[in-house]
Amino acid sequence: MQSRFGRPNKWIKLGAQNLGLAAGSLLLLPFLLFALLPTVFATHDPIKTSIRELYSPPSAEHFFGTDELGRDVYSRVVHGARISLASASMIIGIACLIGVALGAIAGYWGGWSDRVIMTLVDLVLAFPSLILALAVSAALGPGLRSAIIAAAGVWWPVYARLLRGITLQLAEMEFVTAARAMGASAPRIILRHILPNAVYAIIVRISIDLGLAVLLLASLSFIGLGASAPTPEWGAMVAWGRLYFLTEWWIGGFPALAITLVVVAITMLGDGLNDLRTIR
Amino acid sequence: MGKLLLERLLTLVLKLFGMAVILFVVTQVLPADPAAVAAGTDARPEQIERIRQELGLDRPFHEQFITYIAGLARGDLGQSLLTRREVSDDLKLRFPATLELAILSAVVIVVFGVGLGIIAAINAGNALDFLIRAFVVIGMAVPPFVLALFLQLIFAKGLDMFPLEGRLHTRMAPPPFVTGMYTVDSLIAGQWELFWMSLRHLALPVAALALGRLAVGARFTRSGMLETLSQPYVRTARAKGLREKRVVLRHAFRNALIPVVTMLGIQIGFLLSGAVLVEVVFTWPGLGRYAVESVLSFDFYAVIGAALVIAVIFVVSNTIVDLLYMQLDPRISHK
Repeated sequence: MQSRFGRPNKWIKLGAQNLGLAAGSLLLLPFLLFALLPTVFATHDPIKTSIRELYSPPSAEHFFGTDELGRDVYSRVVHGARISLASASMIIGIACLIGVALGAIAGYWGGWSDRVIMTLVDLVLAFPSLILALAVSAALGPGLRSAIIAAAGVWWPVYARLLRGITLQLAEMEFVTAARAMGASAPRIILRHILPNAVYAIIVRISIDLGLAVLLLASLSFIGLGASAPTPEWGAMVAWGRLYFLTEWWIGGFPALAITLVVVAITMLGDGLNDLRTIR
Repeated sequence: MGKLLLERLLTLVLKLFGMAVILFVVTQVLPADPAAVAAGTDARPEQIERIRQELGLDRPFHEQFITYIAGLARGDLGQSLLTRREVSDDLKLRFPATLELAILSAVVIVVFGVGLGIIAAINAGNALDFLIRAFVVIGMAVPPFVLALFLQLIFAKGLDMFPLEGRLHTRMAPPPFVTGMYTVDSLIAGQWELFWMSLRHLALPVAALALGRLAVGARFTRSGMLETLSQPYVRTARAKGLREKRVVLRHAFRNALIPVVTMLGIQIGFLLSGAVLVEVVFTWPGLGRYAVESVLSFDFYAVIGAALVIAVIFVVSNTIVDLLYMQLDPRISHK
């Protein structure tokens, strides 16, 4: 009985995590290739319409069939990989920059700057993320760019909180005190002494968040606030395909599958990285 | 405890005020002119101008803001620009639909999420655990709207087991209004058939909403259980010769609940975000769909109103979770 409840063997655990890491990377690989070289993998022009081939089901000519305008769904999914992955990276990139800067400031200086920043963080986090992103991206006017800004606008507090915590911890450490005693300026201490020690935590967080960012962007597009008309954005493709979903399921079904697979892949990768850290 | 409760309530009010400020500022920069929206598509400039004055949109920002906040304090959320109906009246009708969906989903998440988590934990390392963990990874990643669409395709269109959309068949009259939640109201009125119908209409939306969150719940419960199961007091309980079932459920589970409750608080936000998407797919006449419709038509008081009510649900339920947390772990309130 004891072994059944005991801690799982460390090596089995490590193996299982590497499995997650490996499976995640393997699953993500085709989408990365699509994103990097869409023209190589696409078989058709993603926005060229064809009146003679409306709603054709998946076939050898059109792997994923064609949509309501006769466009090749497979090629649109391939091209969509770049839009989704690049937008998600931008969302997390912007959120990370703002959040890290504000979090470090709040954690290092404390006092009123801490109070102001953390109040804002709490307020933004008090909204369900999609709800606030919805309001912000509507305010900016529908479009992919607005959706990216809106998503980043609701995401930065996550990084601000992370960095504030790390900074508070590190600021007490002897090497920071030593740097301060040697007369290093605050920006220098933050950039040279605190940030390098926070990098791993930030990377792990990014790896987890990327998948969620793909999801948030797709959700905004699905609602009708993201990419506009011919752009092969996955969420928007699902939204347009929804009208025909019960009869021509492939129009929205394949982009939906792509979103799911990418998010699964990134989640597995992120989890693997995260567990790797706790095991060290 | 009383002082703490008061403190929590005060923070709650302040937080809601701050959130109202954020929403108001955000929607003020809407690119579309609200007066033009209200006037309709083929309005003449002087008509638009008249409506602008009527709605008070020509006044300076701070005056508009004060009027809005003063209205909020009285429970007045302003008028919809499109229908000219009171936003609060619209929301009163939509609110129970979302609440019904969210409550039922939360119950499903807690029951199945915690259950699966415990089963995974006591089977840690074997095939069943692996299966549950695989389900968790996939469940977490499938976006609610994707799941909703495929559930519709398979269970409504393909197998014809559940209705496709809506809260009831269009030819059925809803039960007399008491709470606005059809399942509850139909029970109160003793209309069994109606109860059964509304439950069947809830099945797919709840499944779409709960599955992903349930996976996260299972994951948290599993790790919480594994952690407590390796604690010395569990070993002591076993050494005392207690039966395994009792050790797991009485000694380990109660303590494993603490991270589970924290998780639940976070889940509620995802649940409400997901509800927006699921409501759109199932044409469920709730707050989320109302928010989406208003956003797409630049009906800005309606957007703020809906977003605010959803935020209130979120913040209030988080406060409840906080209090629950203190109940579970007396150490927290003594700090």
